Amino acid sequence: MTGPQIELFSAEGSAQFVLRGSFSLATLTPLVRDLAAAVAKGPVEIDLANVTRLDTSAAWAIIMAEQEAKEKGRPFAITNPSDDAVTILGAVRRALPKPDSAPPKRLTLTDRLEKVGRSVTAAGGFILELLGYFGLFLDRCVRSIRHPSEFRFTALVHHCNEVGVKAVPIVALMSFLIGVVLAFQGSTQLRQFGAEVFVVDLIAVSVLRELGILLTAIIVAGRTASAFTAAIGSMKMREEIDAMRTLGIDVAGALFVPRILALLLMLPILGLIANLSGLIGGGLMAWIDLGISPGMFQTRLIENTGVWHLLVGMIKAPFFALIIGIVGCHAGMQVGSNAESLGQKTSASVVTAIFAVIVTDAVFSIFFAQVGV
Amino acid sequence: MTTATPATDAEIVIRIRGLRNQFGTHVVHDDLDLDVYRGEVLGVVGGSGTGKSVLLRSICGLQIPKSGEIDVLGTNVLAATDQQRAALERRWGVMFQDGALFSSLNVRENIEVPMRHVQGLDPSLRSQMADLKIALSGLPYLAGDKFPSELSGGMRKRAGLARALALDPEILFLDEPTAGLDPIGAADFDILIRQLSKSMGLTVFLVTHDLDTLHATCDRVAVLAEKKVLVSGTMQDMLAVDHPWVHEYFHGPRARAAMDAIPLTKGE
Repeated sequence: MTGPQIELFSAEGSAQFVLRGSFSLATLTPLVRDLAAAVAKGPVEIDLANVTRLDTSAAWAIIMAEQEAKEKGRPFAITNPSDDAVTILGAVRRALPKPDSAPPKRLTLTDRLEKVGRSVTAAGGFILELLGYFGLFLDRCVRSIRHPSEFRFTALVHHCNEVGVKAVPIVALMSFLIGVVLAFQGSTQLRQFGAEVFVVDLIAVSVLRELGILLTAIIVAGRTASAFTAAIGSMKMREEIDAMRTLGIDVAGALFVPRILALLLMLPILGLIANLSGLIGGGLMAWIDLGISPGMFQTRLIENTGVWHLLVGMIKAPFFALIIGIVGCHAGMQVGSNAESLGQKTSASVVTAIFAVIVTDAVFSIFFAQVGV
Repeated sequence: MTTATPATDAEIVIRIRGLRNQFGTHVVHDDLDLDVYRGEVLGVVGGSGTGKSVLLRSICGLQIPKSGEIDVLGTNVLAATDQQRAALERRWGVMFQDGALFSSLNVRENIEVPMRHVQGLDPSLRSQMADLKIALSGLPYLAGDKFPSELSGGMRKRAGLARALALDPEILFLDEPTAGLDPIGAADFDILIRQLSKSMGLTVFLVTHDLDTLHATCDRVAVLAEKKVLVSGTMQDMLAVDHPWVHEYFHGPRARAAMDAIPLTKGE
């Protein structure tokens, strides 16, 4: 296959092109440029006798030049086309795209304001929808109490295993390390005042009140909210949800209740495990770094740390569980019919869940500070 | 069994010899031979699970066969270097069953994807070329701005076809082009394939279940059964074959209905 060649013989303003070889997209730019230049000057003749292959792009270039010439009233001739070239020119001429869309509008200030307004109302609507899902969940819970036979116990156990049992190693390890870090950081600071022993209080209060449950909730949000969204979203994508509806299966009862309930049951347990391993990690580090023996750690922990520290932490667990579960299920139901929206909603559900967990935690902190617990 | 060849000694663009595909112990193809000639529309038929799509995937290099030889346009697909493969991939286009459009790009951008590898093609010309392919595949101009999720099944297939045609390939692979389309849409698509193959000089390798498509578009039919190409030839040849499955396929009630419809769908 020889490379395509464009030979141009021009005389007294008129141009004669001789095309040789095989024309494709790679040669489109020079062809379009040369033809346009020639059409602007005068009559044009294109000889196709030596063309081995003319593709649709080259045919398009020739036809566009022909139209341009026609508009300017210039003579334009295509000579010696092969049969193949004639059919392809004909096909392109018939199909010639007609741009009939208006050019995209520039955004004005009002458009931008409108966008801001719309996103604010959308945010409000989003919160309302989440509340709606919460109501749905409560309603289905009450219904399962009244009709226990409808309750999906197997699904609940399965989800407890998925969100709870399987999360134990990561939650325990993370919390252990947080305990270690706290003890280490605390000891270097407190040593300056000779108050090393207060490291026990530092670890106990921060792990029990805040870090244990908050970090557990964040890990669970990352693990579970995404899993809920992906599972429900892919069912939505493959029309399984619609199939359930037409079969008379209650989607909320079948999909949301076991998942959210499993979280509600398992998150406090995970929080407790996190607290425990956080204290163990902190205690171990205090022993190694400061020489506070486990016995001393234990005595100080029991004497100086009130049990309400633990309660203040644990009381947040069900709230976090509800938030994570509802956000995850809601995002799953928002998935559209394509894979891209599944990915978008999955990552959005994780971000929303973690954000909401932290906001709720802050609200709780303020509340407990105000009531003085 | 018979292996009919076209009357003219046309150039062979796809040559398959001794192809063997297996998944675990399940043998899909065994000692399969097939020739595809330049400029023809070849329809590959066969029952479910006879490996029609596997055959298509083997030719395109998506499935590595256990043994055998596949030559496409004179290049051995299985032994080709990366460079040869890249050159070959520019000379064929594949349309997958549901279009397989990239969901994050609109239709025009989808069609531009293969064109991005063409050096010296400036972006405005590229998008005009994409518009041309959109028009050639029978989509309205405005479809170019739409995303795959906004299109109907038939339009997605047309967009998939437009993308397969982006580089003006010599060979076009179509996997179930009319599956899931309504009869009118399917008939339109048949005519479109026929028109494009004639006007662009395409060789078309088409996997289908649709008897109407076979009648309306194919020059030759290859039947996959018993792990190989059992017979190949024109539709008329197929009617004479006495293998039970082939006979059932081409003489069943649906086949007769499709036969009767030839004069209607053959119009170009």
